Amino acid sequence: MSTIISKAGPSTSTSKPSTSTSKPSKQSKPPRLKPERPVWDEEPGAAAKAGKFIVLAVVVLAVLGPLYTIVLTSISSQATITQAGGLVLVPGEISFAAYQQILSGGVVTRAVLVSVGVTATGTALSMVVSILCAYGLSRPGSFAHTPILFTLLITMFFSAGIIPSYLLVSGLGLINTYWALILPSCISVFNIIILRGFFMGIDRGILDSARIDGASEWRTLTQIVLPMSKAVTAVIALFYGVGYWNAFFNAVLYINDSAMNPLQVVLRSYVLQGVSVPGQVDVGTGAAAGPALQMAVIVLAMVPILIVYPFVQKHFTKGVMIGAVKG
Amino acid sequence: MPPRAKGNLRLRFKRDRSLVLMALPAVILLGVFAYLPMLGNVVAFQDYSPYVGIPDSPWVGTDNFARVLADADFWHAVKNTLVITAFQLVFFFPIPIALAMLLNSLVNPRLRAAVQAVVYLPHFFSWVLVVSVFQQIFGGAGLLNQSLRANGWQAMDIMTNPDTFLFLLTSQAVWKDAGWGIIVFLAALSAIDPAQYEAAAVDGAGRWKRMWHVTLPGLRSVIVLLLILRLGDSLTVGFEQMILQRDAVGAEASEVLDTFVYYTGVQNGDWSYAAAAGLIKGLVSLALILTANKVAHIFGESGVYSK
Repeated sequence: MSTIISKAGPSTSTSKPSTSTSKPSKQSKPPRLKPERPVWDEEPGAAAKAGKFIVLAVVVLAVLGPLYTIVLTSISSQATITQAGGLVLVPGEISFAAYQQILSGGVVTRAVLVSVGVTATGTALSMVVSILCAYGLSRPGSFAHTPILFTLLITMFFSAGIIPSYLLVSGLGLINTYWALILPSCISVFNIIILRGFFMGIDRGILDSARIDGASEWRTLTQIVLPMSKAVTAVIALFYGVGYWNAFFNAVLYINDSAMNPLQVVLRSYVLQGVSVPGQVDVGTGAAAGPALQMAVIVLAMVPILIVYPFVQKHFTKGVMIGAVKG
Repeated sequence: MPPRAKGNLRLRFKRDRSLVLMALPAVILLGVFAYLPMLGNVVAFQDYSPYVGIPDSPWVGTDNFARVLADADFWHAVKNTLVITAFQLVFFFPIPIALAMLLNSLVNPRLRAAVQAVVYLPHFFSWVLVVSVFQQIFGGAGLLNQSLRANGWQAMDIMTNPDTFLFLLTSQAVWKDAGWGIIVFLAALSAIDPAQYEAAAVDGAGRWKRMWHVTLPGLRSVIVLLLILRLGDSLTVGFEQMILQRDAVGAEASEVLDTFVYYTGVQNGDWSYAAAAGLIKGLVSLALILTANKVAHIFGESGVYSK
């Protein structure tokens, strides 16, 4: 197992300069408009180019197409949906009735609040615990370093299983509490290893000079290490946040009180189990159509991801994942 | 890694106590939520009843294991699990590799970044969302059947057909995670020294020959690593995906090991029996990943960890 331990460090550290702020000049330079092909690489033929373009277009369309029609249907009026026969492909009359309806109180509104609360609390807690642990383990050779690290790593190879986990959570009296949605999934060893690899790559000279200036480990972490690690902490926060937001099975397992259900469980019951969305029955004046309501719930479940994603996405390739996955 | 100067243990503790203190919350959480449940596996050797608890439940030795191993339903779940794993190894695994090579061949960095941003996205959607999206497109009232009917054709049964469930599962997995899968391969591709391509080109190797002799060997260790991880995880396939679609396609097609444990244990209350099945799964998985690593070492690859 020593490869995980030793590799995560150096391999991340080689890619570190591109993630940290140490080379702003290279990053802020916009890519050239006409990038050059290396001289040894022959220009592909027209057919090959067209083939590549078609494959890429199909891939992009396969991802974005379904999202497009779902979002569009969610903001279409009853008449447009009826005319299209279900899902809307061509924009017609726009109406936000579906969102007004599901967000004006009721099951979906409550589920959104539950999900937001669990995600915010959980992510904050996970980040604090993970950053502390990663920093605490970032000095090989420190007291109890290896035993603690192994304690973490073993859980990546053997997990206890569903039944004992359920018995534990119920034994702790956490069934039907929001803690059951947070504590069992609070730390991901994988995320800690990524953070640790990054912290290990930080120049020892900086940390040493901080210590000589009298900074404690706590102060070094909060005032020197963390400001240098914005990109990696953003990515890890995204991983945790998405994990909590998307968690579905924990809620099925540990929550029996339907008033406490997070959004994913509600999404399942409306879209996959055919429970009708409240308000769907009174198709009177102004009420949104059934499909629009369903789509609106789907869109609600993806909106937070769509909002955060663009800001964090650019950091994925810049070495954060590379080092981690190699390790 | 250079070991730090080893001093007196007490001195080292004094020096590093804030570091140890920092690691402590995570260790406690793991202790409670990962290690305690490992001990909880003792219920597999009991006739556990939630009303009397672990200390007072009668011990039955390995009876539960004998029952599990003689259970046709268990073996059916094993079979489904392995078939799905094998199928996805053939039809899922190569896609990210091909896609990464395609992206890597794009010269324009903006186009490349744009495509990457799009294909990574579905990885961050939940399984509920992914299955919901498929339902809207391919379901009985979905986009596909809606346009088939509009053109006077027969509607297709995709979401509820057990016979084609294997394809459905795999397409969902591809839609969600194939894009994300390329990230590792792109990293490996960017690590290949361009001088190798240049030398190959000078020696007269064309596009395909360069791909075969430079690109693929450059990807080999990553491919081996991911194969090992996948093989070690053979017994784990799309748990949430199965639960979500069990009502639609039935248990026959969608029962895998994890769902077997969940339904016999939590749903039917046969706790000890399900715990035994789960423990078998955990131990076999552990053995699989250790074996896969051993094999990788024999072939001279570094694997997940070295000796």
